[in-house]
Amino acid sequence: MTSLKDILAKGKEVQTGRVFPRAVFGAENHDLPETMAQGELDLLGLWGDDGCVHAAMFDRRDRMTGIVTIEAAKGHFPSFGLHFPAAVRMERTITDLFGLVPDGAQDTRRWLDHGQWNVSTPLGQQISAPPCETYAFLPVEGESLHRVLVGPVHAGIIEPGYFRFHASGETIVRLEERLGYVHKGIEALLQGADVETGAKLVARVSGDSTVAYSTAYARAIETALGIDLPPRAHFLRGIMTELERVANHMGDIGAICNDGAFAMMLAECSVLREKVARTAFECFGHRMMMDKVVPGGVATNLDASGISCLRTLVAEITPEFASLMELYDSEASILDRTETTGILSPELAAAFAAPGHVGRASGRNFDSRRDCPHEPYSMLPAFDIPVLKAGDVDARLRIRALEIPKSLGLIIRMLDHLPDGAPFRSMNAATGQICEGLGITESFRGNVLVWLRLSAEGTIERCHPHDPSWIQWPLLEDVIRGNIIADFPLCNKSFNCSYSGHDL
Amino acid sequence: MTSRYQIRNLSRRTKSENGFSASETALAELAARVNQAAKMQLGRSLAIRHVDAGSCNACELEIHALNNPYYALERFGLHFVASPRHADVLLVTGSVTANMKIALERTYAATPAPKWVVAAGDCACGCSLFHENYAVSGSVDKVVPVDLHIKGCPPNPKVLLEGLLALLEINAPSNAI
Ligand code: SF4
Repeated sequence: MTSLKDILAKGKEVQTGRVFPRAVFGAENHDLPETMAQGELDLLGLWGDDGCVHAAMFDRRDRMTGIVTIEAAKGHFPSFGLHFPAAVRMERTITDLFGLVPDGAQDTRRWLDHGQWNVSTPLGQQISAPPCETYAFLPVEGESLHRVLVGPVHAGIIEPGYFRFHASGETIVRLEERLGYVHKGIEALLQGADVETGAKLVARVSGDSTVAYSTAYARAIETALGIDLPPRAHFLRGIMTELERVANHMGDIGAICNDGAFAMMLAECSVLREKVARTAFECFGHRMMMDKVVPGGVATNLDASGISCLRTLVAEITPEFASLMELYDSEASILDRTETTGILSPELAAAFAAPGHVGRASGRNFDSRRDCPHEPYSMLPAFDIPVLKAGDVDARLRIRALEIPKSLGLIIRMLDHLPDGAPFRSMNAATGQICEGLGITESFRGNVLVWLRLSAEGTIERCHPHDPSWIQWPLLEDVIRGNIIADFPLCNKSFNCSYSGHDL
Repeated sequence: MTSRYQIRNLSRRTKSENGFSASETALAELAARVNQAAKMQLGRSLAIRHVDAGSCNACELEIHALNNPYYALERFGLHFVASPRHADVLLVTGSVTANMKIALERTYAATPAPKWVVAAGDCACGCSLFHENYAVSGSVDKVVPVDLHIKGCPPNPKVLLEGLLALLEINAPSNAI
C-alpha cells in the first residue's frame, strides 16, 4: 500500500516550512492521482497555481499531512476528480480561474464563472470573456416529475445559492446545486497584498469562521517565516477558536430545531449564542473576534477581568445548554423530524473524506486538532473527539451538542494553564527569499486550510484559503435524495455549508 | 405536567432589553429622502427582506441576532419576510458580486413601491476591502438606489436596530403631512 511518505519521497522536495512537506512532480506523472487513490489517502484540498496544481493529502494510516504538486504541461494536468470524487468541483474552479484543464474529467462545465466577469481565467492568462452561455443542468427524465427551483436569493437570512430540485410527489429524486454567487475574487485580491491586508481578507473568507481562518493564515505566515510564537499567543488563539465553535454550534442546533417546527430551541440557543458574543466582545473587543488573531500572535491580550468573564460564561452556559439538550431528547416531535432524515452513509463520507461534523456523524474519525497536530492542541493533553455512525440530521446535531461541552472544557483548561508573557511577537516578512507555508485549523465546520507563498519582499505571491464546505456541499446533494422537500431545510442546516467560504 | 425547565424560568426577568433609540446619523441621512406619500402608506410597521449580495456571512449572523430575545426586533413593528413581494425594506449586505448583480436588480424590481433600501455593513456601503475587481460590481448604491447606510464590519445588532428604528421613526404617521 502506497503511503504519502513514499509518494512524497519520489517527487522533488520543497521546503514548505517545518510542519508539512511538499513535493513537486512533473507533468509526465499521469497516474499519480490514481496511485494516491490506492493508498489510504484523503484529499483535503486541491487548488491551482502558475502552471501547476497543489493537492493537500492526509495519510490515514500514518496520520501525516503533505502537499503533492503536479505541473501542468501545456495547460493540462491529470484529473484528480476521476479518483477522488470531492475534487470535481475544485477542478472546475481551477479551470475557471487558471485555465488549467484536468485530463479525463467528466464534468467540464464552468463552476464559479457564471459568464458575468469581464475576463476569463482571471488568475491565469486573463483572456477576454467568451459570450455568456446557458448553464447546462444535468438532465432529469421520468414520468410525473416536477421541478422546484430555489434561489439564488433565499427566503431566510442566509447566503445566496441556487438549488434545483426534481421531485416525484413530495420525494426528492435529485437536487443539483449551483454555487459561486458570492465569488468576490479573494484569491486575486490576495495576490500582491502585504501580510496585514492578507490577514484582513482571509479573516473575511467566511465570517462565521473568522477566528479559524485568521489562525490558519497566521500559522501559514509563521511557518513560512520560520517563527515560533510565545505560548500565550497559542493559548489565546485556542480559546477564541473554541468560543467560535461554541457560538456556531449553538446557532446551528437552534436553527435545525427551528426548521423542525421546534422554535423554542432557536430562541433558547440564540440567547446562549448572544451570551458568547457579548463575552467575546468584553474579552477581546469584537463580538466575533474578527481581526483579533494576527500573524505574530493575537491583537488583544486577555486580562484578569477577561479571564473571570470567560469563567463565568462557561459556568453559566454549561448547565443551560445541558438542559436544552434534555428538552431536545424529550420531544418526540423534533426527534421524529431529525432521526433517519438525510442519511450520509459512512462509505460515502469516507470516499469524500467528509470534513468536520458531517464526517464525524458518519463514522469518519478525523479532527485536524488531533490529526494535523498544531498548537495549542498539541500542547494540551489528548481530548475526546465524538464520532457517531448514524449519519442522519440527528447525528450531525448531536456531534455539535457533544462538542460544545468539550470546547467549554478546553477553554477552562487553557485558562487554567494560560502561560504568562506577551501574546505577540513582531516579525519581518521581507526575508530576501521566496518562502511558503501551510496552516490548518479545525473550524466549527471542519478543517480550514490556508496555503501561501511569500515573495522575497514579503508580499503575498499566491494564497489559497480552503473551506471544508468544498467537500460537504456535494454530499448534501446525495443525502437529500429520497427525502421529502419539507426536510431539505433540516438537512441543509445540519450541514450548514458556507457559501462565501466555498465561492471565495 | 410542569417541567423542571419551566419552573426554573418562572422567577426570571425578561431578557429583552430597552433603551434602543433611532440613530441620529440615520435620521439625518433619511431626512433628505423622505417621501410623504410613502409615509402615509408604510406607517408604523416595516417588513424587511434581507438580500446577501456578496457578504462574508458575518453581517448575516448579526442580522440574525436581531431576532434573539435580547433585541426582539418584532416588538418594534419590524419583521423579516420571505419574499420581496411582501417587503417595504430591502436590507442588503455585501459588496455586490458580478454573479449576484442581476439577482439584486430583480429583487429590487420585485419589491413594491414605496420601498426603502438599506445598505448594511462596510462591504455594502463601499468601504471594505472587497472593492471593484473582475468579480465585484461594487457597493450596493452602484446597483440600486440606497436610502440608508449602516456601517460596521459587521455592524452589531444595536447599530442595526437603531438604524432600522430611524426608518420607522421617519415613516411614523405623526411625522406625516
Ligand atoms: S461588512 Fe464585514 S462582516 Fe459584513 S460582509 Fe463585509 S466583510 Fe463581512
